[in-house]
Amino acid sequence: MEHSNKHTPHLAHHFGEMEQQRESAKLGMWIFLLTEILLFGGLFAAYAIYRAWNPDMFYNAHKHLNIYLGSINTIVLISSSVTMALSIRSMQLNNKKRTVIFLVATLLMAAVFLVIKYFEYHHKFELGQLPGKYYTYTGIEGTNPHIFFSIYFMMTGLHGIHVIAGMGLITWMLRKTMKNTFSPEYYTPLEMTGLYWHLVDMIWIFLFPLLYLVG
Amino acid sequence: MDTTGSLFLPPGHSTFSGEVDSLFHFILYASAVFLAIVVFGIIFFVLRYRRRPKEGVVEGPTHSTALEIIWSVIPTILVVIVFFWGFRLYLKMSIPPKDALEIKVTGQKWFWTFDYPNGANTLNELVVPVGKPVKLLMSSRDVIHGFYIPDFRIKMDVVPNRYTITWFEAVQTGVFNIFCTQYCGKGHSEMIAKVKVLGEREYNDWLISETKAGEGMSLEDFGAKLYVSRACVTCHSVDGTANVGPSLKMIFGHQVKLADGSSVSADENYIRESILNPQARIVAGYQPVMPTFQGILNDRELDALIAYIKSLK
Amino acid sequence: METLSERNYLNEPWGWKSWIFTLDHKRIGVMYLIAIMASFLLGGVFAMLIRMELLHFGGKHLMGAQTYNQVFTLHGAIMIFLFIIPSIPAALGNFVLPQMLGAKDVAFPRLNLASFYIYVFGALFAVYSMSTGAVDTGWTFYTPYSTTTNTSVISMTLGVLILGFSSIFTGINFIVTVHKLRLPGMTWYKMPLFVWSLYATAIIQVLATPILGITLILLILERTLGIGIFDPAMGGDPVLYQHFFWFYSHPAVYIMILPAMGIISELIPVFSRRKIFGYKAIAFSSLAIAFVSFLVWGHHMFVSGQSQYAAMIFSFLTFLVAIPSGIKVFNWLATLYKGSITLAVPMLYSLSFLFLFTIGGLTGMFLGALATDVHLHDTYFVVAHFHYVMMGGTVMAFLGGLHYWWPKMWGRMYSEFWARISAILVFLGFNITFFTQFILGAKGMPRRYYNYLDQYQPLHAYSTYGSWILALGFIVMAVYLIHSLVKGRRAPDNPWQSLGLEWTNSSPPPPENFTVTPKLTHGPYDYDKIVSGGSAG
Repeated sequence: MEHSNKHTPHLAHHFGEMEQQRESAKLGMWIFLLTEILLFGGLFAAYAIYRAWNPDMFYNAHKHLNIYLGSINTIVLISSSVTMALSIRSMQLNNKKRTVIFLVATLLMAAVFLVIKYFEYHHKFELGQLPGKYYTYTGIEGTNPHIFFSIYFMMTGLHGIHVIAGMGLITWMLRKTMKNTFSPEYYTPLEMTGLYWHLVDMIWIFLFPLLYLVG
Repeated sequence: MDTTGSLFLPPGHSTFSGEVDSLFHFILYASAVFLAIVVFGIIFFVLRYRRRPKEGVVEGPTHSTALEIIWSVIPTILVVIVFFWGFRLYLKMSIPPKDALEIKVTGQKWFWTFDYPNGANTLNELVVPVGKPVKLLMSSRDVIHGFYIPDFRIKMDVVPNRYTITWFEAVQTGVFNIFCTQYCGKGHSEMIAKVKVLGEREYNDWLISETKAGEGMSLEDFGAKLYVSRACVTCHSVDGTANVGPSLKMIFGHQVKLADGSSVSADENYIRESILNPQARIVAGYQPVMPTFQGILNDRELDALIAYIKSLK
Repeated sequence: METLSERNYLNEPWGWKSWIFTLDHKRIGVMYLIAIMASFLLGGVFAMLIRMELLHFGGKHLMGAQTYNQVFTLHGAIMIFLFIIPSIPAALGNFVLPQMLGAKDVAFPRLNLASFYIYVFGALFAVYSMSTGAVDTGWTFYTPYSTTTNTSVISMTLGVLILGFSSIFTGINFIVTVHKLRLPGMTWYKMPLFVWSLYATAIIQVLATPILGITLILLILERTLGIGIFDPAMGGDPVLYQHFFWFYSHPAVYIMILPAMGIISELIPVFSRRKIFGYKAIAFSSLAIAFVSFLVWGHHMFVSGQSQYAAMIFSFLTFLVAIPSGIKVFNWLATLYKGSITLAVPMLYSLSFLFLFTIGGLTGMFLGALATDVHLHDTYFVVAHFHYVMMGGTVMAFLGGLHYWWPKMWGRMYSEFWARISAILVFLGFNITFFTQFILGAKGMPRRYYNYLDQYQPLHAYSTYGSWILALGFIVMAVYLIHSLVKGRRAPDNPWQSLGLEWTNSSPPPPENFTVTPKLTHGPYDYDKIVSGGSAG
């Protein structure tokens, strides 16, 4: 049976060389991200349709979202993407300590995002601005104001679940980094996690104006 | 045009059923031709080119741009013809004539009601005049149903909170089936109604008699008639057998055990409430599936049904 | 009885744990095969129950109306989500794809295993839902019925949602494998057509299935939180559900048929001993079908109340998507011309496919044409149409592929005699069961009916009799296939003398697929260059 000349520790048996493996991982991850975009796409479509059917109500309802908290969250997520990218860069430069620092920073910012979201949700729960049949708030003009909040909770909820999943991935990468799994020659999982995190950020960048900046 | 039906199709009885059938048959014959080519090709080639012993390398043509073009273009032309034909006929079938008689159709689990312009109202029987276009304005009270008259070649979904429209003009008197074609639960296949096409004079007479329904009859007799025509019979027997709903025999004046454990005397008020607000006090052991007849039965009809139920000992 | 003594993927590594944690695509393919065959059996039993109930009209024979509604829903959901969508890609594709490319495995073996377990998990959920009040909505779960019925919609849709992920991961795996793991020298135009078809299928799996995911999530949220997106009383639109649902489910049917067409493209050249006619036309038509399949979903909704303008566009595009399929049929037919044809069992299934799929495809014309669709929509005509394409098409091709690669997979030959008997029974039984349904539907018999008017009884009876013949065919098949595993004649490496790369290794193959990395010396259909009797060298 043939063996490759350099038996690199992270090369899977069915790949000929590291480059092939890395390219495959990247291609696979991009396709996966595409499926995530399509998943959210359905919700974006629902948003578009219901906003077209109830333009005034959407405008009135969105005023009850806290634009300041939303903006802070946007900045927080964008920054977390920056720290994520920096952690990968650090590993490319073989700086394990910095990689860990930036990963931790990314995690912290993700946590801040979730905390702010918690406060936003809590406020809505208190007011009765809840999805679907649980909606009891009466202060919004327009037909069926619960629709806006149903869509708001569905979109930010699904996004939030992806943030939590991302935090799990980043924590896993943190552990691997601390165990010296990565090196400038091999940091593919880190890179893939970075791609995923950038997508999570990107989706928020679309969500934010659609929900918080209507009209 | 009246058609006499064929292997596949039932006789048609509306003005455009003949045209629909023509398109159907065109597609059928064109398909038969293509299928014949494929079948003939298979049989001929398999026989002609079956493997001979000691056969060596086989050289057949591997591609032919000309052939690819031919068997792309010819089918494309055919399908475009079929598309246009189907689309134009479909437009005709979807846009009712301006002078059409309008009847309101309501679908609900699991029966149809029809409201006529003069205020008449029928259940599971659509009565229309022959030779006149009829426009059906349809909506559902619960889930999506489908309104289908095979012999007229019409079909349209019946949706809650919205109106959908279809139309037809019957060319012959007679009675034809109406089926529900969008799955709607347990009674989906029982949701069969009839369309009764009457001659013009007969139709007018019928319209007049409908508005005076029940006149000259005792309340009890009228109630017995309504028990059938308003489809109570679908779920309630009068001989004691439990069905979807409790039997109506010997119910009046007796104590009835309710789902919440309490019991109530089945007097006139309870019966009236059960018809207009069926979910209010349900008999123990039965599912809460009875639809409300609010707006479907007028006061006199309610009185008649109560009288009839009282008589069932 | 001859045992398989040399090392192969079945016996090395040894032990049940090595199977549970396997990363070998061949073993994963075999596990998928067993799972989908079990699902086919379950779905088939439900089908038999349906036809038994419909043998006579008028009320209860075997079961009440509610049970019947659950049985037909389960038949559809199990056949579609547990059987047919994974069948060819996950069972046969997994086994064969890397070998066809000269690779050692798929790009992501762990993802592949995960895909299988996700499938099992989803399937268990779906089966579990049967015990908690099986769904009765029809496999399409239309709202508002599905949001208000008190059967276990949530557990079934959760099961389907989970199964969707299995499909997505298989799709990602195959796309990357085809891009990155081909043998050096194997350009795209040197790939077998089965690979092209799996590639096109994977594209659809990846793009369409997430939409199913979000649709089912919305349905679940509607039932639990009362979101109201499909509820007219809350300002929602039930028809919106249909748009969401069919946006996935129409491309899904091409997930079902494209791999089947790929198998036919493999079988006909081998058993005609000839180069395939129109390689590029067939390859590109797969991509064309994948693309256009996303544009035609509205043809399921011509009578839903949509605008005539929308109907027109969907009808036109529906006719367009038929053309590439027609092109394939003609190319396959032309491959028979001047061939050297044997009627081995895989070839019998291929010819069955040609006949049955052509009928299925042509009957699609009746449904694509607006005026006739009005009459035929939601009748047995539609039921017959999709059974002709899905069963007469996909299942026949699946069976052809199964009988073709069976010796490779197990190192055993099955009884040719009994396989022919079974193929004939299946073909006859299928036509009797389903051709009668074209007539039933055109005569006005609606689908999903528990009971029917007496005028439809004779045709329903014939259809039921046909189902008995069909079932007998499958029973015979199960017997001789299982028998072959135990007592079958030892299979040679290349019993069909095919030129595909997967036939250059032993039957069954070694765990790493090729003991020596293959060198590409010819294309998979170069029968005009190589005298029969040889395998690649």
